[in-house]
Amino acid sequence: MKKLLILGAGTGGTIMANKMRNLLERDEWDITIVDQHKTHYYQPGFLFMPFGYYTKHDVVKPKTNFLPFGVNVIFQGIERIDATSDSVHLKDGTLLHYDFLIIATGTRTAPEETPGLTGPLWHKNIFDFYTYEGAEALAGFFKTWKGRELVLNIADMPIKCPVAPLEFVMFADAFFTERGLRNDINITYVTPMSGAFTKPRASKVLGELLVQKNIKIIPDFYIEKVDNEKKAIVSYDEREIPFDCLISIPVHKGNPLIGRSGLGDEMDFVKADKYTLQQVEFPNVFVIGDAGNFPTSKAGSVVHFQADVLTENLMCAIENRPLTDKFDGHSNCYIETGFGKGALIDFNYDTEPLPGSFPFPGIGPFGLLKETRTNHYGKLMFRWIYWHILLKGKEMPIDSKMTMAGKKM
Amino acid sequence: MAQKNFAGISVDVNDEGYMTNPSQWTKDIAREIAKEEGIELTEKHYSLLEFLRQKQAKGESLTIRSVGTSGFIDIKGFYQLFPGAPMKKAAKIAGIPKPASCV
Repeated sequence: MKKLLILGAGTGGTIMANKMRNLLERDEWDITIVDQHKTHYYQPGFLFMPFGYYTKHDVVKPKTNFLPFGVNVIFQGIERIDATSDSVHLKDGTLLHYDFLIIATGTRTAPEETPGLTGPLWHKNIFDFYTYEGAEALAGFFKTWKGRELVLNIADMPIKCPVAPLEFVMFADAFFTERGLRNDINITYVTPMSGAFTKPRASKVLGELLVQKNIKIIPDFYIEKVDNEKKAIVSYDEREIPFDCLISIPVHKGNPLIGRSGLGDEMDFVKADKYTLQQVEFPNVFVIGDAGNFPTSKAGSVVHFQADVLTENLMCAIENRPLTDKFDGHSNCYIETGFGKGALIDFNYDTEPLPGSFPFPGIGPFGLLKETRTNHYGKLMFRWIYWHILLKGKEMPIDSKMTMAGKKM
Repeated sequence: MAQKNFAGISVDVNDEGYMTNPSQWTKDIAREIAKEEGIELTEKHYSLLEFLRQKQAKGESLTIRSVGTSGFIDIKGFYQLFPGAPMKKAAKIAGIPKPASCV
């Protein structure tokens, strides 16, 4: 029996297990997936939790619900990958061999990288909403909080879902407006980037939206530490911003096992070809999603588009053919803007988000780079699609390659 | 492709003023770009610029954090050399593309 080993049963690993089990003959190929945790989180839902829009039941399900029959599932920590001998050591001492390996170990927030962040105020006045625990703690805090300085800080790039912090402050604007508290609360968006977003045209549109909503942007702020006594964030060039409630998007890193295995960069993201998704040194090792050092968004939509390319290229590699498919960096994000509206952006490595309609040119139903009600319903609908279609690796009516049709230059 | 004249040499730049062909770069060009950014280059600046150019040529990721943990300089020192937005300014002066890590 030949062996395909998948590390990580999150979005990428689960989709690949489903796709590859459909393609590889059961009497020839053994597929094993390893993960340390049994719970699958719908991570886009964490954004909704602090405002009470979603609860636990919306975002938490057992991983095994989404993995196909005929795949061996091992719940165990991973010690390291020994790519020179095609093997993986698990924490309990088990040694697994593989013919092909898919690394889908994701990214994690590393609040410990910023001094003072996890100090006395952590989960009292300082919260993250990129973890289930953080989002839940913040939901409790917001129930009684009356103001005044609400500061959101992005510690560094890259982060998961680069639009989520924007959505957060726009949700906060709507949430506190509806509670009659908005006049008592200043919302400040503090980012290491030069503007609201990474790409120029979207940055302009989204930046203007923040201004309209009376949300202040402080750009080019690179946090050095949190001063717990003064309740302030401090940058490397010694600027201080005081807060009463700090929402931190901590530094993101890859899984430490990538560093232990010598396969990653200094942030533990796997070094991989951004087009073929193959690890740079080992041709039988592939990477999907947040775990890789790909210069595109760390987001579920990217994982979904990469899954098509990875399936194709993995089959090429298995059959000893040259890799034929190329990932173009396609990313597609709904952006909640509050008050029942949303925006949508669609872009890739080379094309920044542009205005237009999506997926059908001139028709939509979704509008690109503008606020509409339909976009908001798209985002809400997506949770169902995620659990029922996307994770199972089923076909979606959106091509994995970005198209210019419907976009306006 | 836009062109810009630095130190008597015409170089290719993009619409944000980043050089698009690192091989056209010289120390004199660096000095002129730095002047536009309000920075007077010292030997320390030059050695860091060379270091960044080497990393870029090898296709390594360039972020404030990766430079700050490289052992060459710490983040605080990086900020002192290129105040405000060190990675963006240093890349511009080093004649390499704006780091793509900001996605």
